[in-house]
Amino acid sequence: MPNDSRWKQVLKDGLEALTVPVLATIVGLAVGMLAIIIAGKDPVAASRAFYRAVAGEPRMFGETLVSTIPLIFTGLAVAFAYRCGLFNIGVEGQYLMAQIAVVVVGVFWTPPPGLAWLHPILALAAGALAGALWAGISGVLKAWRGIHEVINSIMLNYVGLFMADWLLKYYLRPDNSRAASFDLQKTAWLQQGLIEGSRLHTGLWVALGAVVVVWIILFKTSLGYEIRSVGFSPGAAEYGGISVAKSLILAMAISGALAGLAGAVQTMGINHRFNETAAFVGYGFDGIAVALVGRLHPVGVVLAALLFGALDRSGPMMQAMADVPKAVVWIVQGAVIFFVAAEGLWSFLKKRRVKKEVTTA
Amino acid sequence: MIWVALSTLLIATLRSATPLLLAALGGIFSERSGVVNIALEGIMLSGAWGAVFFSYISGNAWVGLLGAILVGVLMAGLHAVASIKYHADQVVSGTAINLLATGFTEFMLNRIWGQAGGSPSVAAIPNVGGLSLFVYLAFGLAIVSWFALYRTPWGLRLRSVGEHPLAADTVGINVYKMRYAGVLLSGVFGGLAGASLSIGLLSRFVHGMSAGKGFIALAAVIFGNWNPLGAMGATLLFGASESLGTMFQIFGIENVPTQFFAMTPYVLTMLALAGFVGRSVAPAADGVPYKKTT
Repeated sequence: MPNDSRWKQVLKDGLEALTVPVLATIVGLAVGMLAIIIAGKDPVAASRAFYRAVAGEPRMFGETLVSTIPLIFTGLAVAFAYRCGLFNIGVEGQYLMAQIAVVVVGVFWTPPPGLAWLHPILALAAGALAGALWAGISGVLKAWRGIHEVINSIMLNYVGLFMADWLLKYYLRPDNSRAASFDLQKTAWLQQGLIEGSRLHTGLWVALGAVVVVWIILFKTSLGYEIRSVGFSPGAAEYGGISVAKSLILAMAISGALAGLAGAVQTMGINHRFNETAAFVGYGFDGIAVALVGRLHPVGVVLAALLFGALDRSGPMMQAMADVPKAVVWIVQGAVIFFVAAEGLWSFLKKRRVKKEVTTA
Repeated sequence: MIWVALSTLLIATLRSATPLLLAALGGIFSERSGVVNIALEGIMLSGAWGAVFFSYISGNAWVGLLGAILVGVLMAGLHAVASIKYHADQVVSGTAINLLATGFTEFMLNRIWGQAGGSPSVAAIPNVGGLSLFVYLAFGLAIVSWFALYRTPWGLRLRSVGEHPLAADTVGINVYKMRYAGVLLSGVFGGLAGASLSIGLLSRFVHGMSAGKGFIALAAVIFGNWNPLGAMGATLLFGASESLGTMFQIFGIENVPTQFFAMTPYVLTMLALAGFVGRSVAPAADGVPYKKTT
């Protein structure tokens, strides 16, 4: 049956795509284990603490999902832009600007009676829009002046950081002594308690919805086809009648909207306010890892987000339960990204396979 | 009174420009050879740690200085191997190194001194004439770097590798060797930049003490058009904007939010890139891995 072989091919491609990320993860975890041993701590106790922290009880697993939700969004954001050949390293800034927009809608707008259900929807939309606009600046500058989006989005991250700080301090907080904005009105909250005893909130459904939407846009629409064509070869895409400029701007804006949703969902589901921040939260940088480990595929992104969510979650718990320094988690994350990035490191695997194919032919 | 204010401002400007300039010079060597280096932040942080660690175990700040260079070069070496030998995406590799550096320095703080916030005090590099020695070092090295890049055959080769590696290869220049030199030099300078924070400004290591300075240095590289003297101008400008912010506060002028001064380097860099301040042109092969075809 031809259909049968097609599925076999999909499976084979899937397994092949997973080789490098899985190897990188194993080596990354091994590096972490090594660090734990160097620190003179018990790796077995640390592993047990890791498991208990991540999935020991339903409420623990709920908290792991809480850490996973923003990473699904930021991972999707980086992956989406990457499909168009764009490196969105500006997720952190887009995340911050979205939080500001959510505070504006969630604090200063009161829904008329009977329309309370509209509040979260509008707040999410405001967050997505703010993220899209902030990322759009990089997209437009890239399309219009050919300026590399990496540089622009790094600069915009910092401008966003200070802009958010300025808005918070001058306009969004009740008084000078408070290090956070006004609280969101309850109507703008995403409800918690999906798993009893954890803070798992309905943002999970928004995240899974985003996964489906991104999959449809990328693989089932002409926009997705155009975006992937530009990512594959801008020259060929232009020759084929695709507007490269339009694709670049749209891809960056959609990526920014996803990054914005990360900030919106976190604000509406967990914090219920915008907390003063002197540095980036790091979800954007983790998103790079999530996208790469997930092989730029929406389903892969969910799996990778779970991995990084579990790592984020386990840090404080391993510190408390097995006295393992929290920094081990950063080392593992850095190592995983590094080993995925240096894909060429693993080329000996490919070479051997090629040799085998040649000899069997 | 006005002269006192001006000289205070000048000293504050030089002081904040110094770590930026050192890191920026490193960035220039790396990017001129064709390797994008957003790992400056992590290299700087590791260098700051290395300076304190070696100063601590030897009791000698000069050994600390060498240690900073050593640790900086090791970190840059990771980036070099990944991006030159294994053709990694340089931005991803740089991001990984920034994360690794945060984890590594924090881990080592915990391991060696058993504390998370910072290290104990160690011997620091002395001041000369009221200014940190690093100030003279940074501005001196800027001129040396300019000379090396634009007035020596080595500089010409380094730049050619960043502009057109294939052509350089054809005339017998070892592209890989030149790129390793560029990236490892960014480790030397990044390490010095870190040392200027930890055993220059302070005499200890503080968690996350590079605090985004590596990214401002990257902005200075671009704003200064990948030229050491340009970067020197840019870091002076950035340093002045930082000092002006503090000065305004001291004089009680508070209707200008400090955040606007903090934003200045980034906004100016974007304007420069967009062509509103002056054209900024990156080396043509910056960020493109070179694969030798034989």
